[in-house]
Amino acid sequence: MITVRDLSVTFGRGRRAVPAVQRVSFAVEAGGLYGIVGESGSGKSTILNVLSGLNRRWRGSVTIDGDRQAMQRDLAFHKKVQMVFQDPYGSLHPRHTVDRILSEPVAIHRLGQSAARVVKALEEVGLGPEFRFRYPHQLSGGQRQRVAVARALILEPRILLLDEPTSALDVSVQAEVLNLLTGLHQRRNLTYILVSHNLAVVAHMCRRIAVMNRGVIIEELGVETLRDRSPQHPYTRQLLSASLGYDRQAVAMLEEFDMDAY
Amino acid sequence: MTALLDVENLHVTFRTRKETVEAVRGVSFAMGREKIGIVGESGSGKSVTCRALLGLVRPPGTVTADHLLFDGVELRQADPRHMRAIRGRRISMVMQDPKYSLNPVMTVGDQIAEAYRIHARASQAEARRKTIEMLEAVRIRRPEQVYDTYPHEVSGGMGQRIMVAMMLIPGPDLLIADEPTSALDVTVQLQLLAIMDDLVQQRGMGLIFISHDLNLVASFCDRIIIMYAGRIMETCNAAELHNAQHPYTQGLMNCLPQIDTPPGKLPVLQRDPAWQDGSL
Repeated sequence: MITVRDLSVTFGRGRRAVPAVQRVSFAVEAGGLYGIVGESGSGKSTILNVLSGLNRRWRGSVTIDGDRQAMQRDLAFHKKVQMVFQDPYGSLHPRHTVDRILSEPVAIHRLGQSAARVVKALEEVGLGPEFRFRYPHQLSGGQRQRVAVARALILEPRILLLDEPTSALDVSVQAEVLNLLTGLHQRRNLTYILVSHNLAVVAHMCRRIAVMNRGVIIEELGVETLRDRSPQHPYTRQLLSASLGYDRQAVAMLEEFDMDAY
Repeated sequence: MTALLDVENLHVTFRTRKETVEAVRGVSFAMGREKIGIVGESGSGKSVTCRALLGLVRPPGTVTADHLLFDGVELRQADPRHMRAIRGRRISMVMQDPKYSLNPVMTVGDQIAEAYRIHARASQAEARRKTIEMLEAVRIRRPEQVYDTYPHEVSGGMGQRIMVAMMLIPGPDLLIADEPTSALDVTVQLQLLAIMDDLVQQRGMGLIFISHDLNLVASFCDRIIIMYAGRIMETCNAAELHNAQHPYTQGLMNCLPQIDTPPGKLPVLQRDPAWQDGSL
């Protein structure tokens, strides 16, 4: 469904150039659940921005559903690929009602039957019709993220790109949103790429996981390997032990990983 | 021996024209020189509780309590002058985001030195020496160079270490850390916790660690207070968290995705309206 070969993204020019993503390759099959995990600045969100067409300066090849993608994407592409962002407080227009937020993509794609689609999308994310004419500030964080998911789903896409969809939410709300995403994946046969800094979230949702550090995928592994605590790369092992909680002895053993190590 | 901090029946209420919000409703706890964690979701009252201790709740907020004893001193009766002598000098607080807590137009070294000179009346040279010592203690390499940097020139993890240095330099007895590591990467987070852990132990301080991350608190603190809707649901020893009795605590633990558990539906926290009124 998605094939990425030798993708590189550099921000800035000349001596101040920052290589954000360096020769990254991976593939996701149709209906797959692919996770990208890494710390801040590792390049994981940059990859999603390239896939979704938000970033238009990259090198390499990106093939989605058999089509080699150019920098500029057309309308048909955006009907197929949608993205959900990290912060539901920032990604919804504060002065638009839920109805307007959800009907806008319908209008852009000239799908028609806007009202019926809005009600159906809300229902799909577990929100009743009473939410239709509310403003984002009248919703809780979890409800907002549901609206953001509904906005992505209303075009009936086949690929959903999820950029830290739960990291701005409380853990109890996170569980609800993750359950929603799991349910939608099963019902709609979607393909997911989930980006997160939280290893447990990625391990819960995804079957294959890419671990990134400083713009490079240092290891790709199946979720079973993570569950067995047997990743190969020392960076992955360190990330794994760090996400299991605080341990004074383990902290003393933490290492700095940078490009020279590979 | 008297407790370092003894809070009895603390209430914090915000009254506006439209509504009255009771952010903290009858919180009581006592602590010694130990690491205590306060865990709760957003709006549970954990931060407001600590702000009330420092007298940082502004009108229209009102604070009432049966007593608020810090090292035998009743904080409710302390006048602003006395409170200023306690705040920073004896109880200090590290906030969540160093970007907003540091002065952007002052070098980090001068800011730390200022914190020291206000409380210790030291000479400039003495303050500088102390500051560099403190920067070393929070494991900043090349402290002389970092002294002259501005907050925007340092990373998030370093900014937070600078905050810890600033808060610890007056030698407080109690450190309150309000989500000090939530904005940081996991490994940087653990390194900062280790620094706080070591310093708190060396200096024999008390630490209140506020967080929404139950696992992290359980592995870092001695005791845990679990708050919901302005009340304490349960207090337990960190090591015995898995035996927690209260359904809210159990719900919080269960709804966390685990690396070991197979995918599927996560149990969703069912909130019982009775938790808002009755306590355990």
